[in-house]
Amino acid sequence: MTLRDDYLQYPNRRYGMDHDFFEWSILQQRDPIVWPNGAKIAIWVSYALEFFPLDQPAKPFKAPGGMVTPYPDLRHFTTRDYGNRVGIQRIWKVLAKHGITASAAVNSVVAQRYPYLINKINDRGDEIIAHGVDMGKVHYGGMDDADEAALVEEAVSVLRGVSGQPVTGWWSPGKSESWNTLNHAANNGIEYVCDWVNDDMPYEIKSPNGNLLTAMPHTEEIWDRTILMDKKHNEEEWVEQIQDAFTIFYNETDRYGGRIMSIVLTPYLAGMHYRIKYLDEALGWIMDHDHVWAATGAQILEAFNKQS
Amino acid sequence: MKADLELYDYWPYENRPKIEWPNGAKVAFWVAPNIEFYEIDPPANPKRVAWPRPHPDVLLTSNRDYGNRAGHWRMMEVMDRCNVRGSISLSTGLIDHHPELIEETKARDWEFFSHGIYNTRYSYEMDETQERAIIEDSLESVMKATGQKLAGYLAPALTHTERTMDLLAEYGFLYTCDLFQDDQPQPVKVKSGRLVSMPYSLEINDIIVYNTYLGTPRRYGQMIKDQFDQLFEEGKESGTVMCIPVHAFAVGHPHRIGGFEEGLEYITGHSKEDVWVTTGREIAEYYYENYYDVCLADINARKGS
Repeated sequence: MTLRDDYLQYPNRRYGMDHDFFEWSILQQRDPIVWPNGAKIAIWVSYALEFFPLDQPAKPFKAPGGMVTPYPDLRHFTTRDYGNRVGIQRIWKVLAKHGITASAAVNSVVAQRYPYLINKINDRGDEIIAHGVDMGKVHYGGMDDADEAALVEEAVSVLRGVSGQPVTGWWSPGKSESWNTLNHAANNGIEYVCDWVNDDMPYEIKSPNGNLLTAMPHTEEIWDRTILMDKKHNEEEWVEQIQDAFTIFYNETDRYGGRIMSIVLTPYLAGMHYRIKYLDEALGWIMDHDHVWAATGAQILEAFNKQS
Repeated sequence: MKADLELYDYWPYENRPKIEWPNGAKVAFWVAPNIEFYEIDPPANPKRVAWPRPHPDVLLTSNRDYGNRAGHWRMMEVMDRCNVRGSISLSTGLIDHHPELIEETKARDWEFFSHGIYNTRYSYEMDETQERAIIEDSLESVMKATGQKLAGYLAPALTHTERTMDLLAEYGFLYTCDLFQDDQPQPVKVKSGRLVSMPYSLEINDIIVYNTYLGTPRRYGQMIKDQFDQLFEEGKESGTVMCIPVHAFAVGHPHRIGGFEEGLEYITGHSKEDVWVTTGREIAEYYYENYYDVCLADINARKGS
């Protein structure tokens, strides 16, 4: 047995990354950031309002949270819908209680189907992030470039039209990009993306065409989906991990400057009746600290860009 | 394919020659941070797919990259505070990509051992020339960057061939981390030269605890302490080895670093008469110097009994 010769060739073995999307950089060696009003931590809460079509394609893969049983999977379809009807109301109440302005990542199909949600988001002063067309339309390497261009344009233009918001953030369904997603995002006036989970702070990311955007730290690690669904930890353990992460970040700010703590919420998970009190507990505990600034992705990025 | 590669003889844990580590320590303790580079677009291996999604798998590749950009420093600071030198399981390609991490760890007198070129290049289906090429590449790269002659090996992404152990011995490696049959080092049966299997661990490895056992960070801290307590008791009869293999993309996250630190603090809080805090190379050298022959004699004496 022999592998092809190219298996032992390393054309991208060089200083920095093996691609040109961004520069290699060590988080702890960068200039410290100071947040408005001397805040140590920018709390970036984002929640996803998603539509999972019953006929979600299985290829190239299903975005997490997608249909599971043979068609028609009413079980998962309605469970996801629960989040958009009931769960989100509970999350909004908790956010309001703690004075937290957040980012709402919305599929454009959701804006078309449920304009009520967009009005509520606007009333709250939350930011809308473009979250693709729907969860059945993932972006992936090898997809047709014109198809992807149309998907990004549709998602962004619909969301801008329905909401009246500038919509400068992009989060691909399932955090999946093609080689060209950043081109299309830039072409549609997107300034930051949420798909890359390799940093705790923003960094510059470049599209293949040379457009400069920002990768915002939108962690999947303490996402309710990861902790509760994938890792099967219970709610108390979720709260504990949020608190532990906050404490580490908070203590690091003395040496390394302001930090961002990203908390990503899924309404059909965190918004469940038996879970919402734990979210209330975690966010209340965080907001009881001094020098904490809860803001949207765009607000955090604006403050970051003023200094870097 | 074979039923058994016959890499070692069956050797019951009971009544083995008594091992005593330096200062009479019962446990030789080492920490093996895996400092890995995962390519965004590696060539395909017929036996293993690198990424579940079409390239670029932005979510998973960036998840791995977190270790080098953000997690490594946090992990290194914890090890500094606990006075633990790491034995780095290194994707040797990373020497070119991220030399700053090599310089920082070299300055701390950490050991480097080979974990292949990239953790996205697997040994499956390699012919002998190809497997020799990746071993020789590792030896040269690490020597050039650190001045260290590689002593240890952990196959890239734990992908092996039937000849891996023979080649390691031939190239003068002292130990392999690829065999998990024991809590003590022992001779590996190789065609030429000598090789020792060094207890690494796929149980207390952070990836296994977090992704297979779905453990919480605090449970991880408790598991580390429990494992140490048991190996310490058993080490009074004959010295044991405990390794904590970690990955900065896992343990280096802010919600996880505390569990690791709790475990390290507990172990390094013991006296040097209890625990020898050391590196893979130092354990292997001490073992060759003092116990290889006596253990081999015991294994041979007990054969078939």
